[in-house]
Amino acid sequence: MSANLLSIRNVGKRFGGLHVLQDVSFEVPAGSIYGLIGPNGAGKTTVFNLITGLLEPTAGHIDFQGDSLVGLEPHRITHKGIARTFQNIRIFKEMDLLENVMVGMHDHLDYGGFGLFFNSPACRAAEKRARERARELLSWVGLDKKADMLADNLSYGDQRKLEFARALATEPKLLLLDEPVAGMNPSEKTILMEEINNIRNRGYGVFMIEHDMRFVMGLCDRIAVLNFGRIIAEGTPDEVRTNPDVIEAYLGKEDE
Amino acid sequence: MEWLTANFGDFWSTYSTLVFSVGVHAMLALSIWLTLSCGLLSLANAAFMGIGAYVSALLTLNLGWSFPAVLLAGGVAPAAVALLIGAPVLRLSGVYLAMATLAFGEVVRITVLNLEITGGPEGLNGIPLSTEGWHIALLLALTIYGLARLRRSKVGRAFEAIKEDEVAARLMGINVDRYKLLAFTLGGFIAGVAGALNAHFTFFISPREYGFENAVDILTMAVLGGVSDLIGPMLGAAILTLLPELLRSLHDFRSLVNGAVLVLVVLFLPKGIWEPRRIRAWFQRMIGGRA
Repeated sequence: MSANLLSIRNVGKRFGGLHVLQDVSFEVPAGSIYGLIGPNGAGKTTVFNLITGLLEPTAGHIDFQGDSLVGLEPHRITHKGIARTFQNIRIFKEMDLLENVMVGMHDHLDYGGFGLFFNSPACRAAEKRARERARELLSWVGLDKKADMLADNLSYGDQRKLEFARALATEPKLLLLDEPVAGMNPSEKTILMEEINNIRNRGYGVFMIEHDMRFVMGLCDRIAVLNFGRIIAEGTPDEVRTNPDVIEAYLGKEDE
Repeated sequence: MEWLTANFGDFWSTYSTLVFSVGVHAMLALSIWLTLSCGLLSLANAAFMGIGAYVSALLTLNLGWSFPAVLLAGGVAPAAVALLIGAPVLRLSGVYLAMATLAFGEVVRITVLNLEITGGPEGLNGIPLSTEGWHIALLLALTIYGLARLRRSKVGRAFEAIKEDEVAARLMGINVDRYKLLAFTLGGFIAGVAGALNAHFTFFISPREYGFENAVDILTMAVLGGVSDLIGPMLGAAILTLLPELLRSLHDFRSLVNGAVLVLVVLFLPKGIWEPRRIRAWFQRMIGGRA
């Protein structure tokens, strides 16, 4: 097995005549924080949608730990160990926090219909374990005190943290974060930065899309830059920062 | 004591059918609650009830099956139909699903209307009155117990997740299509058993009882009562079954008042009569006001 968790090779996505992604290739190594940046409309979220199976690529390969993900249904991809959060938070608002996280454990509760109906010891034990694990995950993101609150009543920052905990509940190997600090103030961003570092230190791979350059540069081990559906640069933050193509994409070209 | 039993005997001989109806309607309202809890607006339950009623009645009349076997068959038959039509139909959502399931209901009704074995428009006559009060009570209790267990398990959480956000549910590892099919099929089973019970205390069934109007009635029961938990649909079923009887003295104005009550409830209690959160808040205000 290679050290690369996720490998994307020559991936293309076309909507009718519109090429959203062309010949996109990069590798996300295990145990690191990888960043994907690029101007609005560059196709970043499309990359996530392709990885998680919400869309299918029109060309290329997406491999996770050596297995192809192309053509798999989203819940199967989650089962393989990829979880994600969304740019526009998608928590289950009518459930409390504990239930939200327990939904993420769905795959890991292995009792059948019979055990469920008769409330078998195995079923009770599985539910109890899930509840305890959910509390633990909530405490990781500092929400354990609010476990019984309705998710709808959480502040914006807390909703993002809940989404983290819920994604971690699927026991992923790779966590995809879609603009995790969008709409947050600087102090919330600092806290979240620590949170993401903690997640990495616990052994998860992290792959994030982000707009906030300072946040990305300070956190990521490697970065890929996407512009008009193509990768224009890839490397460490320092390499990317000084790349003339990247500067042009973000700041425009100087007049000759 | 003698006076009491005598009076109860009187009451029972007059109203037993009504009490039976409340129980059967409660099961029907719970069957549609199940699909609603998974975010599916399916109106096939009246047809499922009809399939259960006809299959069970035909088995009793023609093959002389025992009552428990007939009840089981009455549930299994519509569940099998639900399993079959579920795969294509459940690709639809919202009003489109409602329309497709209503159309399915019409197909069932018209089929029953034109078949010879079902007695056509005249329906089936002389079904033995096998259903007793405790049958309904037991099966209703089993339904409530089963659904309550379901609600507090991974299945209930999966249903709720699908209802709130299908995409997010998928990405939590939930096989959305399979769970929708499960809700649809189980709902069909419960409605079918209710239909079988119903057929065996009304003596007579006809296609007219399982059409569009009944589909809407079942939905109304659940929505009127409230779908946040299991109590709401049963309350709605009780009210909608008893209200027309209580209003009997109004003669021609009966359905007018019945309709007005519905309109008022929907206007002022959009989440149904039984909404635990609102009731709890109301109680807290009462206690707070007194202190």
